[in-house]
Amino acid sequence: MLKLPIYMDNHATTPVDPRVLEAMLPFFTERFGNAASRNHSFGWQAEEAVETGRQQIAGLIGASAKEIVITSGATESDNLAIKGVAEMYRRKGNHIITVVTEHKAVLDTCKRLEKQGFQVTYLRVQRDGLIDLDDLKRAITDKTILITVMMVNNEVGVIQPIAEIGRLARERGIVFHTDAVQAAGKIPFDVNALNVDLASLSAHKMYGPKGVGALYVRRKNPRVLLAPIIDGGGHERGMRSGTLNVPGIVGFGKAAEICGQEMAAEGERIRALRDRLNDGLHRNLDEIYVNGSLEHRVPNNLNVSFAYVEGESLLMGISDVAVSSGSACTSASLEPSYVLKALGTGDDLAHSSIRFGLGRFNTGEEVDYVVQRVTEVVKRLREMSPLYELAKEGVDLKKVQWQK
Amino acid sequence: MGYSDKVLDHYNAPRNVGVLPKDDANVGTGLVGAPECGDVMKLQVKVDPATGVIDDAKFKTFGCGSAIASSSLATEWLKGKTLEQALEIKNSAIAQELSLPPVKIHCSVLAEDAIKAAIEDYKRKQAAAAETDAGQTTESAATA
Repeated sequence: MLKLPIYMDNHATTPVDPRVLEAMLPFFTERFGNAASRNHSFGWQAEEAVETGRQQIAGLIGASAKEIVITSGATESDNLAIKGVAEMYRRKGNHIITVVTEHKAVLDTCKRLEKQGFQVTYLRVQRDGLIDLDDLKRAITDKTILITVMMVNNEVGVIQPIAEIGRLARERGIVFHTDAVQAAGKIPFDVNALNVDLASLSAHKMYGPKGVGALYVRRKNPRVLLAPIIDGGGHERGMRSGTLNVPGIVGFGKAAEICGQEMAAEGERIRALRDRLNDGLHRNLDEIYVNGSLEHRVPNNLNVSFAYVEGESLLMGISDVAVSSGSACTSASLEPSYVLKALGTGDDLAHSSIRFGLGRFNTGEEVDYVVQRVTEVVKRLREMSPLYELAKEGVDLKKVQWQK
Repeated sequence: MGYSDKVLDHYNAPRNVGVLPKDDANVGTGLVGAPECGDVMKLQVKVDPATGVIDDAKFKTFGCGSAIASSSLATEWLKGKTLEQALEIKNSAIAQELSLPPVKIHCSVLAEDAIKAAIEDYKRKQAAAAETDAGQTTESAATA
């Protein structure tokens, strides 16, 4: 039986897997100790649970438990990585390289550092959403201390050439950070194979709880040093003070473990659902455009623009399906998605974009329902779209003098 | 973001979606907004030349639910009004009727602009027609 509403916005967040919740529950009540309490069993229990969680998280990305710094989430992890390197390596240089399509947690952190005298290069992306490695090579100077490039984009799901970037950074002795929030648990991600020095992770994007994340910090070959951004009791080897979120870490660990075990099969199943969604939409509708490379993309993402239809009105029409739009109307800024604009998607098509984020709990039946609903609503909205009418009359919309 | 019941009602059952013949001398067409801004409204009025009363109005809108509702409501309000009365429809009244939140006020502004543009177009056509008529009359008078 189809249950409504359907959740298909798994890049925003994912539900907690029941197995994860089950693992967490005892740590709210019976085993509530502070992991930093060294002198009684409550503390020891909590510490043990944290260490297990840390190992599970490390296991997912090929790291060791000691390299996992627990944070409140990936925004904090990004801040810690970038500000921590900037402060620690300041004597070595003041240049940072990032990409225009990064998450705001990275971009706004870089902007703050610019005000403090750092120089930041924002690499452009190509039409497919990927950076040009030659651009990166050209951007590197002897003052470059950090390269930060996300592994998977949160809007269009494209996968950057992380292995090549890692190799380049390693050759030049530059610290390499990747925001791996949308990658970890979805596609293979091994910090050693990819030469990653710092990686941001989030529990709630992999069927764990909100409010807990991690920063992987390489300890050898080379050892990466970070200045903390939160001072206090010296937790997490001094890199992140604050009482540990024990139930959160237990849940994060369990979530990571499940992803590690099920990723391969789950990825194939979700890819088949995504392809079914994409094929269905293309079969039913003309003038729809996939944003970003389909080839270099995580299996759970589809970002599509439906020409002549504004995204928010489309969302309104499919009110029993939860997805996101790159339309300005769905944001407070009144600007359409900066990610789509960076890909060279025109503002008109950016306003018409929908991001589908498939997940562990979606079914083929749900996909078929979504295809049918989106088709109906797009057709209905096109019938009332003056742009569709003009286009069908053969008018070139780019040549119309619009009254802005 | 929640939508008011009236916005939902107009979105789900928009009034007067459609097209009037744009070459008809009694039809005025307004096309406002721009695709890259995420809002384009086309609003048309058909005026009874004898009475100066709008007897039909149609719209097509590319935009969010509030933009669709604003233009749908505008066509409802236009019918039966004289051109002078139609020009008195203010965006604030549309925004109030639909309980638009502050970020959606621009949708009602666009609807007001569309009304004005449609009426201007009608008046321009009428003036052009009158000129042509006047020209023909003078000509025929000269011939006679």
